[in-house]
Amino acid sequence: MARITAGVGCSHVPAIGIAMDTGKTEEEYWKPVFAGFEKSREWMAKAKPDVIFLVYNDHCTAFDSSIIPTFALGCAPEFQPADEGWGPRPVPVVKNHPVLASHIAQSLILDEFDITIMNEMEVDHGLTVPLSVMYGQPEEWPALVIPLAVNVVMYPAPTGNRCYQLGKAIRRAVESFDEDLNVVIFGTGGMSHQLQYKRAGLINPEWDQAFLDRLTSDPVGLSQMPHVEYLREAGSEGVEMVMWHVMRGALDDDVTEVHRHYHVPASNTAVGHIILENKV
Amino acid sequence: MTMKKDYEDIPGTFVFDADRARVGYHLNQFCISLGKAAGRDAFKADPEGYLARYPMSEEQKQAVRDRDWNRMLELGGNIYYTSKLAAFDGINFQNLAGLMTGMGVEPYREMMLNGGRSIEGNRYKSEWEEE
Repeated sequence: MARITAGVGCSHVPAIGIAMDTGKTEEEYWKPVFAGFEKSREWMAKAKPDVIFLVYNDHCTAFDSSIIPTFALGCAPEFQPADEGWGPRPVPVVKNHPVLASHIAQSLILDEFDITIMNEMEVDHGLTVPLSVMYGQPEEWPALVIPLAVNVVMYPAPTGNRCYQLGKAIRRAVESFDEDLNVVIFGTGGMSHQLQYKRAGLINPEWDQAFLDRLTSDPVGLSQMPHVEYLREAGSEGVEMVMWHVMRGALDDDVTEVHRHYHVPASNTAVGHIILENKV
Repeated sequence: MTMKKDYEDIPGTFVFDADRARVGYHLNQFCISLGKAAGRDAFKADPEGYLARYPMSEEQKQAVRDRDWNRMLELGGNIYYTSKLAAFDGINFQNLAGLMTGMGVEPYREMMLNGGRSIEGNRYKSEWEEE
């Protein structure tokens, strides 16, 4: 049987990808950002997931304003890194486990989550930056990846509660798949940041750390947080953090925090990262 | 019945909701087309001709011509879209934020290095004198 064993929360700031792609990780500005992922790469080498279920948001790359699905599941055999205005990232093609992805799609819809199915899709920094920080720069990604794109660009994003419940449905789907697979789920985006207009540059470290604390201690309470609190306290783009609830919902109620990293700034953003393991 | 928008008292912020997405649709579709090389090449070759392909309001077109980043947001633009026009001009996210805040690129970068803009005094419009 396939099992979800752990969850990773992780920012996906595009500048982090650019820093890796252009060899700037040793610069003073970037060093502390990447230092916090050294332990994560060791952890990934030990955890050895067969499949990563990666919850992220597309930044108007696969979806422009013409079609805005709330939840879109990648079912294609592979996904090419997209040109986002400065050329595609020089990272490996992302390969799916299409049989598991199709199984999850069918299971989710019968479980009353009416997702959109993507049989063709390019992926942007929202998906590739978390892979880069967790794996470094391998020739091929060591795991297969099932992408779930969540709309957080146009308000309203799905509620935290809906995301948390979707995580539970994803777990049910994975656990009803016969192949013996170790699945790790990623929730990406955030933490506090505002990219636009006169309040741009907002960072709220106390709020971010409390969010990280409550992921372990009070996940259900945290999933009830209304959107306006994210927007006000963590910045207009901080609402991305609803995606972390999908990851959390897919884990046991009781988890162990095995790693945390927090750093300000990466470009306009507070970088947050956490690894949570189910207790065996 | 009008839906209550409980986020409209946040200062210096546009929440890109369905109403704003409707108003800004063609502006945003123009911007996102610059995410691909074909769009960039066509816009570079003939800026006015390329703009004319998108049925934007004259105000929206003028904001694009002026590279008035805040005006674009006021007219329904969204940052993930307008950032493609900025990238076309060689402006990255951080420098774009420096321009939108009116701080300028270097002071903005300095603020971020020092921990960013504090939440204190920045939660409600009533805390800002100008709004």
